[in-house]
Amino acid sequence: MKTPSGWRSGDGALWLSTGAVTLTLLLTVTLLVLLGRVGFGHFWPEPLATFTFDPATEQTPLVAARREHGTFALADGGKEARTLLRTGNRDTAAPDFRWIANASLRSAHFDPAAIEIERRSWGPALGLLAPPEAPAANRASLAARQWARLEEALALPSQARTVSLTLYGADGSARPLPLAEVVRAWRPNAMDLGEKLSLYFSRIGAFISEPPREANTEGGIFPALFGTVLMVMLMTVVVTPIGVVAALYLHEYAPQGPLTQTLRIAVNNLAGVPSIVYGVFGLGFFVYLVGGSLDSAFFADALPAPTFGTPGLLWASLTLALLTLPVMIVATEEGLSRIPRQLREASLALGATHFETLRYVILPQALPAVLTGVILAVARGAGEVAPLMLVGVVKLAPELPLDGTFPFLHLDRQFMHLGFHIYDLAFQSPNVEAARPLVYASALLLVLMIVLLNLGAVLLRAYLRGRHRDPLG
Amino acid sequence: MNDMPTLAFDPADSCLNVEQLSVSYDGKAALREVSLTVPRHRVTAFIGPSGCGKSTLLRSFNRMNDLIRGVEVMGQIRLFGEDILAPEVDVTALRRRIGMVFQQPNPFPMSVFDNVAYGLRLQGLSDQRALEREVEWALRSAALWDEVKDRLEASALTLSGGQQQRLVIARAIAIRPEVLLLDEPASALDPISTLKIEELIGQLAEAYSIIVVTHNMQQAARVSDYTAFLYLGELVEFSATDDLFTRPQARQTEDYITGRYG
Repeated sequence: MKTPSGWRSGDGALWLSTGAVTLTLLLTVTLLVLLGRVGFGHFWPEPLATFTFDPATEQTPLVAARREHGTFALADGGKEARTLLRTGNRDTAAPDFRWIANASLRSAHFDPAAIEIERRSWGPALGLLAPPEAPAANRASLAARQWARLEEALALPSQARTVSLTLYGADGSARPLPLAEVVRAWRPNAMDLGEKLSLYFSRIGAFISEPPREANTEGGIFPALFGTVLMVMLMTVVVTPIGVVAALYLHEYAPQGPLTQTLRIAVNNLAGVPSIVYGVFGLGFFVYLVGGSLDSAFFADALPAPTFGTPGLLWASLTLALLTLPVMIVATEEGLSRIPRQLREASLALGATHFETLRYVILPQALPAVLTGVILAVARGAGEVAPLMLVGVVKLAPELPLDGTFPFLHLDRQFMHLGFHIYDLAFQSPNVEAARPLVYASALLLVLMIVLLNLGAVLLRAYLRGRHRDPLG
Repeated sequence: MNDMPTLAFDPADSCLNVEQLSVSYDGKAALREVSLTVPRHRVTAFIGPSGCGKSTLLRSFNRMNDLIRGVEVMGQIRLFGEDILAPEVDVTALRRRIGMVFQQPNPFPMSVFDNVAYGLRLQGLSDQRALEREVEWALRSAALWDEVKDRLEASALTLSGGQQQRLVIARAIAIRPEVLLLDEPASALDPISTLKIEELIGQLAEAYSIIVVTHNMQQAARVSDYTAFLYLGELVEFSATDDLFTRPQARQTEDYITGRYG
C-alpha cells in the first residue's frame, strides 16, 4: 500500500495547527511585552539632559528627558526628524511635552545636579539644584546642601515641611518650590543602578497602592484595582449558585423536549447579546425599577436623594452576573452531561432518591466543571467595561466601597474600575502624553489581575479533581 | 414456546414471580410475555445472545428501566407476593430490597469506606461505630476486607478492577437487600478476578436470592442452580442448570449452548 503523500499525509495539518498555536503565543507575548515595556518603563528614572538649541528658534535652554524619536512630514513635502522631550514644569513652562526638530538641537549634557520632583499638583518639576553658570565647586556644594535639606524635609509629614527649595532652570532662572508639595524626588544622573532599581520598584509599588491624583494622570490606581476585584468577587458569588441551579434544572429536571431545547438555545444566545445592552437593562431594571422601589420602601426619609436608586456596586455586580450567567450555565451543564451514567445508576440502585443522587454523587463530580464556568465568567466579567459605565463605575470615587464604617461593605457606593480607568486615561485625559504610559501600565495590571483570579480558580479545580483521581487513569 | 416445561416453585421457595411481562422501548419490543418464577436463596442465571432481553428483564426487577425515556412495561412482577410494578410503589424502598451490581465496576469517587457506607447513610444510619461495624461486615461478606482494611480512607478508584467490583458488591449488600441482581458482573474483569467473583456468588447465595445475567455459558454452568435462556425477547427455556446444559428441551437452546450462534 502506498503511503499517503501531500496534504493527506497529515504533515500539512500538523504545520497548520502548530503555526496557529505559535501565532497565538507570539501575539500574547507581544501584547505583554508591549504593555510591560511602555507601561512599566515609565517608572524607570529617565536621565535628564540640559539641552541648548539653535539660536534661530529662540528656544531657551531646557532640562528635559528624551522620550522618543519620530519623523514628521512637512507641508512642503520634505521630512523632518524630531525628538519628543519631556520637560515637566506644567505650571511655569507649559507645555510639558514638546516635539523639537533634531536639526535645532545644539548640545546636551547630563548635569549631576539635575533633579526630577514628583508633586501633588501640576505634574513633575524638572530642574537643577544649582545655577547652571556658577563655578563647578560652588555648584556641587550648593546642590548637596539643597539635596540634604530636601531629604530632611521629606522625612517629615507634608504639613510640617515649611521650607522651600530653590529650583534653577537651564536658562539660569530660579524659582522657589514649596517642599510641602513634594511626593518624591530623585537625581537620575547621580544615581547608581541599585538606587535606580529601588526607586523603580518603589514607584511601581506606589502606582499599585495609591489613589490617583490630577484627573488620574498622576498617582496610582489602587481604588480601580480594588473596585474591580471586589466587583468580580460579588459577581461570582451571585452568578455561581444561580448558574448551577439553572443548569441542574435544565439537565436534571426539565423534560427533555423542544421546549427545553428552545430554552437552552435562548440561554446560549444571551451570551451573544452585546454587553452594552446588559448595561441598559441594568440601568432600567436594577437601578431605576428595583433600586427606586427599594428607596421608596426603605429609604423614604432620604428622598429625593437616592440611596439604591442610583448606579452603584450592587447593581454593577448584578448586571455582570446576568451577563456571565449563560457562560456559567453552559459550562455546568457540559460538566453534568460528562458524568458517567453508571455513577447515577449505582446511586439510584442503592435506593437513593434523585435529589440524594444529585447532592452526594452528581454535584461533587460536577464541581470542576462549575469552576471552569467560574473561570470563564471571571474572564468575561473582569474585562467588561461598557455596561459598567451605566450601572455604577465612575472616573473618580471619593471612597472605597469597603471600609471600616458600618455596614463595611457599601453596596450602594459608586466605584472605580480598571477597565474604565484605562478608557478614561486614554480618551478623557487632559494630558495625553502624560497619561499614555499609565494606560499601558493599567492595561497590564488588568491582564495580570485576571490571570491571578483565574489562576486561583484553576488551582482550586486541580485540587478538587486530584482528590479522587484514579492513579492509573 | 408455551409448550416448553417451565419450573414451578412452592410460593415459600420463590422470591420473584414474573407474569406475562412485556417491555418495549419507543414501541420496539424488548421482552415479549415472559413468565417465570425465580427461586429463593438460589442462584438463577439468565443467558442468551446480545439483545435477547436478559438485561431488560433484570432491570425490570428494580425498575431501573424507569429511567429510560419511552419505556413501556406491561404484565406483572411480584416480590414475595407484592406487585412491584404498581404506580404507587415506592421505587427507592424497592431498590433497597433489590440490590444491583453493574457490568462496569462503578465505585463512587469517594473513599472505600464511604462507598460501602453510602447506602447505610442514605437510610439514616449516622452512628460511626455502627457504620464501621456494618462496613466491615459487608466487606468481609464480599471477601474484600483483608485487602482493604488498611486503606479504608483511600479513594475507591485506587483499587484494581476486580477489587472495585467486589467493593460494589459489598456496597450493594451493606444495606442487606433480599435479592441481588448481577448484570454481567465479571465481563470486564480478568480471569483471576472473575474466579473470585464466581466464588463470592456461591457464598452469597446462602443469604440472598441471586440473579446473574451473563453471556458466558461456562460461568452460568459454574455458578447457577437454575438457568433461563432468552432469545429475541422471549423466554425459550427455564430449568435446572444441569438439565439445561445437558438435556436442552428446545432446539434454539441446544443450538446456542453448542455454539451454533450467539
